[in-house]
Amino acid sequence: MTTSLLPLAEQFQHGLDSPICLTWELTYACNLACVHCLSSSGRRDPRELSTGECKAVIDELERMQVFYVNIGGGEPTVRPDFWELVDYATAHHVGVKFSTNGVRITRAAAARLKGSDYVDVQVSLDGATREVNDAVRGSGSYATALRAMQNLADAGVAGFKISVVVTRHNVSQLGDFKAIADRFGAQLRITRLRPSGRGADTWDQLHPTDAQQRELYEWLLDHGENVLTGDSFFHLAAYGQKLPGLNLCGAGRVVCLIDPVGDVYACPFAIHDSFLAGNVRDDGGFSRVWRSSRLFADLRRPQNGGACRSCSAFDSCRGGCMAAKFFTGLPLDGPDPECVRGLGGPLPALSSGPRPSADHSHRSLHGTAVPISIGRRPDRACDENPLTGFSAL
Amino acid sequence: MPDQSDHTSAVDQSGDQSSDNLVEGMLLVEEVSIDGMCGVY
Amino acid sequence: MSTNGVTDTGAPPFNLDVAWRLHPQVSMRPERFGALLYHFGTRRLSFVRTPTLLSVLEQLPAQRSARAACMAAGVDSDHMQEYAKALATLAASSMICERP
Repeated sequence: MTTSLLPLAEQFQHGLDSPICLTWELTYACNLACVHCLSSSGRRDPRELSTGECKAVIDELERMQVFYVNIGGGEPTVRPDFWELVDYATAHHVGVKFSTNGVRITRAAAARLKGSDYVDVQVSLDGATREVNDAVRGSGSYATALRAMQNLADAGVAGFKISVVVTRHNVSQLGDFKAIADRFGAQLRITRLRPSGRGADTWDQLHPTDAQQRELYEWLLDHGENVLTGDSFFHLAAYGQKLPGLNLCGAGRVVCLIDPVGDVYACPFAIHDSFLAGNVRDDGGFSRVWRSSRLFADLRRPQNGGACRSCSAFDSCRGGCMAAKFFTGLPLDGPDPECVRGLGGPLPALSSGPRPSADHSHRSLHGTAVPISIGRRPDRACDENPLTGFSAL
Repeated sequence: MPDQSDHTSAVDQSGDQSSDNLVEGMLLVEEVSIDGMCGVY
Repeated sequence: MSTNGVTDTGAPPFNLDVAWRLHPQVSMRPERFGALLYHFGTRRLSFVRTPTLLSVLEQLPAQRSARAACMAAGVDSDHMQEYAKALATLAASSMICERP
């Protein structure tokens, strides 16, 4: 009965037969054009998985006993089969949380969610005021989000999540976000901005300053008891105290991303060929990619910390976020660009850094919400307004 | 019925654990929220 | 040092001598290091850190008491208390519940 208890981080290093949970982006279509969108979404990709293909993925997740999927996009609710897929997942023992900008969270949708035990909803908000929010997510997006929250609260959907990406411009609003969550009976979730997707273009202007990072850490220690973080601030553990969560990079080890065309990436912040493990349409499907891909095998090998190995904080911060390093052009075996000891050094110019694999951004200006126009004929399928044919809320 | 005279095997909890203030036995179970893993929305 | 499986939270002592089972909303996945338990109702995840504790959990439905399940899994009397505390933790988060 001899047993030695390795730290969890080491026990996961060799990988699991199945992810614990994963992110599944259902579509690249979106009615918004947020300036920091990690998936560069906007226009649907013509190769997106069909309803049948999505159900086959869910069947696999059930067989693999994946506990939970985080459904996102783009805006996942613009897929006509969205509810069908959510219901299929929960009927097949896969819990669901979906992330939405709120555009289709009508009273009817809220009532439907009230009746669903195994579905959680997360509304995105990046400013506690219209000015701060809409500067990043586009004109009208704050109103859309708050209307969705009101509908959810009115329907009695307690504990829905409000998810905020922390930026230079909203760090001072953390208390206000908490107040909004309290007002609607919701749970606040704050997550780290990564320089991924369109986030690479706005990283310089949006990422928190060193002082703000410290402020954020202190706020989480003091007020963060009921605040979720998606374990996205584990690099801040180097300040001293660990925040709740596994405090390690789960990419390819306990989590991964399935994108709208079935590509499997290490995580949603690493949509780039360097982190592409395979495709669910390949022989053997998702399970074969998870269990046998070369990329994931590499990620599951013990990481020795590289240049960070000699730092006393390494055990806490684990060298930070792989995607943050990659998209800022830093070496993966060195410090995070936001290393709290300031060891991330001067960054190479982002314009010379790696670019995302594909860009599904709207062809209109970044930062402007795509106006709803009913009945507009699309030029090509992938330029189709995702809300075509959708009547007003 | 296990052989109670065998004392050579033991659950090693003292080894690498840095969290000495955890109640012994809680080390056998660790809890996290489903939101507690990095790399998901 | 606390006894009888009392958890840090001061929850009632764990009763080793009644029948237990996994909560019906819990999904258990054996793993190389032990097991993962996910509660669909609470959205909580428990990491079972040893294969022996996994065996105890697997034995619960077939045994008339948690103590019997521990013994069937090879837990000797020296370690029964540690396992009682682990089971108390799982009970406190509704991962396991008493069997009627």
